[in-house]
Amino acid sequence: MSPKGVPEAVIAAVSADEHPIAPFLRMDRMPHIWCSTCGIGTTVKALASAFEKVGTDLDKVAIVSGIGCTGRVAGYVKLDSFHSTHGRSVPFATGLKLANPELDVICFSGDGDLVAIGGNHFIHAARRNMDLKIICVNNFIYGMTGGQVAPTTPLTALTSTTPYGNAEPPFNLCHLAAACGANYVARWTALHVRRLTKTFAEMLVKPGFCFVEIITPCSTLYARKNRLGTGLDVMKYYHDNTVIEHGADPATTDIVFGGPIICGKFVERDRPTWLDYQDHYLGEKLGEKYQRGRMLQEACER
Amino acid sequence: MKADSEGVRTGIHYLDGDRAAAEGAIAAGCRFFAGYPITPSTESAEHISERFPQVGGIFIQMEDEIGSITAVIGAAWGGARSMTVTSGPGISLMMENIGLAAMLETPCVIANVQRGGPSTGLPTMVGQADVMQARWGSHGDYEIIAYAPESPQEAFDLTVKAFNMSERYRTPVIVLLDECVGHMVEKVTIPEADEIEIEPRRLTKAPIGEYLPYAYGEDLVPDMALAGMGYRFHVTGLTHDERGYPDMSEACQEWLVPRLLEKIRANADDIIQFVEEDTEGADVVVLSYGISARVSRLAIQMAREKGLKVGFLRLQAVWPFPEKRIAELAKQIRSFVVVEINLGQIFYEVQRCAAGQCETLLSPHAGGGVHRPENILKVIEKGAKAK
Repeated sequence: MSPKGVPEAVIAAVSADEHPIAPFLRMDRMPHIWCSTCGIGTTVKALASAFEKVGTDLDKVAIVSGIGCTGRVAGYVKLDSFHSTHGRSVPFATGLKLANPELDVICFSGDGDLVAIGGNHFIHAARRNMDLKIICVNNFIYGMTGGQVAPTTPLTALTSTTPYGNAEPPFNLCHLAAACGANYVARWTALHVRRLTKTFAEMLVKPGFCFVEIITPCSTLYARKNRLGTGLDVMKYYHDNTVIEHGADPATTDIVFGGPIICGKFVERDRPTWLDYQDHYLGEKLGEKYQRGRMLQEACER
Repeated sequence: MKADSEGVRTGIHYLDGDRAAAEGAIAAGCRFFAGYPITPSTESAEHISERFPQVGGIFIQMEDEIGSITAVIGAAWGGARSMTVTSGPGISLMMENIGLAAMLETPCVIANVQRGGPSTGLPTMVGQADVMQARWGSHGDYEIIAYAPESPQEAFDLTVKAFNMSERYRTPVIVLLDECVGHMVEKVTIPEADEIEIEPRRLTKAPIGEYLPYAYGEDLVPDMALAGMGYRFHVTGLTHDERGYPDMSEACQEWLVPRLLEKIRANADDIIQFVEEDTEGADVVVLSYGISARVSRLAIQMAREKGLKVGFLRLQAVWPFPEKRIAELAKQIRSFVVVEINLGQIFYEVQRCAAGQCETLLSPHAGGGVHRPENILKVIEKGAKAK
């Protein structure tokens, strides 16, 4: 007997022997290292659902991560996946994409990885409008190393290296990505699974540099140090304090400690990608002499 | 496999070493270059930026050297032969990800046109003080392959070889030019494409679902998959097992890291390359590489005119080091004289391998210029008197 009002599909999903996204994961690596109530898993699930929605050929997807809690995503997804060095997922992905433009290359990393140590790569890839999909799990803190201040930590927030409160203004990542030239910029929280999935589905088919920020709870460190309660309390906070404002000027979407979180799709535009520019200009300058990049001779022959 | 004729500029050219290395890369099938401008290496990048769009290559000038080497590694996994060229501070910035390339076993080539250091040092002037850095610049244990050309012709030849060795042993390979070799213009003969042997990438033939990224055979080198081939594999800079999965254990570290070293050490005879002249019956053997080898020749000639018996050992491969040959020669001669533009780097390697069987003397130079032959001669004369 199905409980009243619960759709059959939901019943089937929760009573199945296997999790619906298990085929997308390296189940031989479970259990994962993430804490309970962490938002990273939710983000992974949303991406898996988006792949299904779009009908992506998973043989042609590559995930590149840097270092940190979110950096471990590359190791759990059953795709071509590269766990690179701290901050370097974007340049690694740049090389991968340019060597084989057929691939959908997705960087899946945390805020510290992408915009602190990797900040220079991030802004330049956005400037070039490199055809990369950047998923940034922002938990306002360095999780893997024990809760140190990040370039995203809101002013006054407590971390293990700001025991008196953070006195540095943070980056607004969406504003940064948009100002540098990203083709697509959106923000959600880990609560907004349905909207996030839709955004990922849009991102997957959008050419150019796409940036999606997901505000996620880190109950083990950020929430505990700042007395924000459990992971569930943080989700409640997202529920009560999110303002959805599609098309908002990213400059107006700063995140302030204890303030509202403005979410939505902020930017969608059609700047030509790096490869588009190359093809266009070099094709024009060199005419028939221009040859677009191609792979290894022996790989082409297979 | 033979070189792709489209990329090979067969004929006689007048090229500087930087451009000759670039032509060597193109001939070897390199089709991805990521770099950052830095003197005295920039001519390579400029040359490639002009050539690549006409041979199906991708050139990108990155935001820094860290991005450059990382993009080069990414491109290798995407299916390109890839390289970067740099110098001084740039090679220091690349060290983090040269370690990643060694750990992931990524074929790629890094040319370092050495200038005077440390730090910003002498941007436009010669040095050879990055030799030990080439070997151990990144943290952790690994072995490296490094070649040191003495001329633009050799910059071409050894860059082709560097690519081939990087593919055969799945490892980053460093081409250690120096500012003099990089900037000197000489005749470079580029052979016909079908005279250039190219090492194919060791692509796996395993059925989908059965591929283990780090399973290896007798030669200790695993076969490689590329992104997009359908294997859905994982690789990580963390210590990993044969599936490529992280394994934070002493046992896995012991399984992995000694092999990274051993795949180079066990195959050293295949990789090592040197030129030996008149060592038979010599009292002194001058050992040098790169531009210093060319200056050494004049000093050797001067010494012979004085009646001294002097042989010459010129390293074309600096790493791995020709330990066996040094040890053999040490038993036959009075001394080695090591000539290098640093204050003693390869010198200590020679001393170690000679193991007290003969004297080892250094003819040092702090950088910014090449040795005066008479200074080398003085050391040779001292070496000839050694017991």
